[in-house]
Amino acid sequence: MKKSVYSMCGMCTVRCPIRVEVEDNRVTWIEGNPHLLDHALCAKGSAGMALVDDDERPRQPLIREGGRGAGRWQKVSWPTAYDYITERLKKIKSEYGPESVVLSSRGGPWQNMYKTFIHAFGSPNYTNHDCTCGRNTHHASLSINGVGRKGFIYDIKNSRHMVLFGRNYFASLQIAQGNQLLDMLDKGGRLTYVDVRQTMTGIKATRFFQVRPGTDYALALGMIHEIIKRGIYDKEFIDRYVSGFDELCTFIEEYTPAWAAKECGVKEKAILAFIDEVAEDMPKVIFHPGWNLSRYKDSFYVSRALHLLNVLMGNIEVEGGLIIPKGAGDCGFKGIRMLDCPKPDIKRGDGVGWKYKHFDKGPGLAHLFFDAMRTEDPYPIKAWIAMRHDPFTGMPEPQRQKLLFDNCDLLVSIDTHYSEFGWYADVILPESTYLERDNPIALQKGTKPRLIVRRKAVDPKYDTKPGWEIFKQLADRLDISEYFPYNTIEDLYAWQLEGTGYSIEDFEEKGFIELTDKPLPLYERDKLDGQFKTPSGKIEIISKKLTEAGLESLKPYRSPNKPPKGMFRLVYGRSAVHTHGHTMNNPLLEELMPENSLWINRRAAAKLGIEDGDLVDVTAQNASYSGTIHAYVTEFIHPEAVYTVHGFGRQIPLQTRSYHAGLSDQKLMAGKLDDWDKAGGAINLCEAFVFVQRSTRNPKRRVEL
Amino acid sequence: MNRYMIHLNSKRCIGCHGCEVHCKTNKRLPVGPILCEIDHEPLKPVKGVPKTEFSFRSCYHCDDPFCVPVCPTQAMVKREDGIVYVDQEKCIGCMACAGACPWTIPQLNPATGKAIKCDYCMDRLDQGLKPACVTKCTTHALKFVRLEVV
Ligand code: SF4
Ligand code: SF4
Ligand code: SF4
Ligand code: SF4
Repeated sequence: MKKSVYSMCGMCTVRCPIRVEVEDNRVTWIEGNPHLLDHALCAKGSAGMALVDDDERPRQPLIREGGRGAGRWQKVSWPTAYDYITERLKKIKSEYGPESVVLSSRGGPWQNMYKTFIHAFGSPNYTNHDCTCGRNTHHASLSINGVGRKGFIYDIKNSRHMVLFGRNYFASLQIAQGNQLLDMLDKGGRLTYVDVRQTMTGIKATRFFQVRPGTDYALALGMIHEIIKRGIYDKEFIDRYVSGFDELCTFIEEYTPAWAAKECGVKEKAILAFIDEVAEDMPKVIFHPGWNLSRYKDSFYVSRALHLLNVLMGNIEVEGGLIIPKGAGDCGFKGIRMLDCPKPDIKRGDGVGWKYKHFDKGPGLAHLFFDAMRTEDPYPIKAWIAMRHDPFTGMPEPQRQKLLFDNCDLLVSIDTHYSEFGWYADVILPESTYLERDNPIALQKGTKPRLIVRRKAVDPKYDTKPGWEIFKQLADRLDISEYFPYNTIEDLYAWQLEGTGYSIEDFEEKGFIELTDKPLPLYERDKLDGQFKTPSGKIEIISKKLTEAGLESLKPYRSPNKPPKGMFRLVYGRSAVHTHGHTMNNPLLEELMPENSLWINRRAAAKLGIEDGDLVDVTAQNASYSGTIHAYVTEFIHPEAVYTVHGFGRQIPLQTRSYHAGLSDQKLMAGKLDDWDKAGGAINLCEAFVFVQRSTRNPKRRVEL
Repeated sequence: MNRYMIHLNSKRCIGCHGCEVHCKTNKRLPVGPILCEIDHEPLKPVKGVPKTEFSFRSCYHCDDPFCVPVCPTQAMVKREDGIVYVDQEKCIGCMACAGACPWTIPQLNPATGKAIKCDYCMDRLDQGLKPACVTKCTTHALKFVRLEVV
């Protein structure tokens, strides 16, 4: 039997809309939703078929038998696994209180389900992966605009100039946005790209700044200086909506383009020519404020500077600029029901909200729970449930994390594949893959708000379960089932849509429900009051919240440390064929990229006697980890940096393809688990230095007999 | 006469290798054979920006194919519209075609023990659809071109 199912991709967290063809319960074709993506899909999206077929994933619930991480598992039934977990959770709750349990997930449109669960259990400690991803950008936006990272969408298509500081659009793919960017370039638009190396995105650029690692802030400050000096900013917008402009003018005086050029190792002339272009293109210039900016000690301030550049452009709620996403209300639609349970009135274990008042309380900061685990202050942390989150791959130094997690009595991993954390955990609950499961309905804000949903295309191949069922079953056993008012997914859909006039069948035509036919109009420029949810209601260049927390809003620049002799700064990133640690064992993606390599500058490599393709040993500063991979020698990376793709060097023997393939950047980040940005909240992942040497494993002779 | 070709707009291509996987999954190929290949030149600075050109190669569907006459079982066929394809029923997996092709285009499918190569997704063409690689190209950089006979 043949059928066609509209759904949402799950190979990365962009969750592109897809259409899936199925024959006799086998996926035969996956493509981008023709109504939204004109069939376009990336390599990972197509390789979803291999994910379903992959038998190197957990195929039934597993309970640990030997020591943690020993890899000896007892295969159990779902009821046994649920009972095992709930029994332990109840015990921990009675001994240490419900707040000693943490649940982490990967954010996204369904996080409310996981939050509901942990809140109903009695713990305020929901967290996510964002401390190693977008937290700095999010907090930067909050501090200036009063709205978070998702408080704006970038109207790339209609812009005239995109400025990307390391936002590698064509490797960290978002298909719709990537196509918008290419369309914009086809129309003669400009792309300025800033990075320590050349990338897939940079090769499409009209201007490229290869900067010294850690100097992005200097370049952004130099740009602000010149823009203010030449008066290329929207005075009216600033007068009306912005406070602190005079302070910015004073602060920026010393940061001239000549100074920035010297600091970054670029040409002053190039910066000035760039500003000429900005003058021509404004206000349709978008300074992308960054995504995965958990990198340098001043990344939060880099993001703030980029946000300030947007403010100077006056590009907010302008075609070709930053647009305020419209929601259900803007379409005269009352919205859908989402699972919810108020947060218990208990201090968070990570200190967010009471010790650190300037951070978003929603997901807090995952890495700050380690302190509580160690010191039991403010209280002990005794259990961690990781929902699709892999702390050992996402955060630095899994070696140290393990010792800290050993303070916990229960570690649970809910995931479609074996995560490094899951392999160390006490219980693995295998979630069905995205092609084998339904997910609740969600609202997608934008200029055309819509309802979206992931629908199951095929029945699960193995004894796996969808997340909605896993949490429902756990909730039933923990006597909090009233927060999960359904038994089947159909019940849940009906409950979500009740009173909206829609039914789940309405998704069948296109895969989504549009709440408006035409894009909603922009808000009027003189009626933006109330959009900026800062304490003063203005766009705050000097943030009241930061000031109250004893933090600077305009932070003087400090030059990054040079790597010690014989060492390099380790910079990580992504490729278009892999998603962090999730896809390395996918047969079709492994075929394209079985391991990572080490990018190293030609001159730096020559000094070390390293030639292109040689094996090199890369060692952590404290020698706690070393890996051997092939060198990719190129002039298109700064000599202070080496670069590798994140997610490799996995150590799960049952994943035969990815086992020990390549090296793990996070294991090389010595001391970084507690090197985090007090202003932005994120971990400073690119502040680690590594030793590089030509490996003795390069063959001189072959000895066989 | 060859009536079709696949054109790559190098300006839009982002070297994401999507097309290669779109092709493989459409034909349900195991690890091993890859029927189309994206490649690029080494980077070279153009006005200060390191740039490159991409190329896409599947099979040239030669007007006078080397692979067809060497096949001992007449499994390698040139259709009237120019498509050169492997008749899976007849192929015995001797790979003489690969040896004859100047670019070693035909590959062994380890799952079937037979030769496999790009056939312009003729089953899709015959249904009025475009090839898999073209249809799903991440950036719409690939175009399926029908050549006019003049
Ligand atoms: S970018 Fe690729 S992997 Fe990510 S959701 Fe879209 S199609 Fe899937
Ligand atoms: S899918 Fe398209 S953009 Fe990606 S490599 Fe192939 S041709 Fe290029
Ligand atoms: S396989 Fe080689 S010889 Fe045969 S049609 Fe293709 S390119 Fe020509
Ligand atoms: S036309 Fe079809 S068979 Fe040929 S490379 Fe493209 S997808 Fe593969």
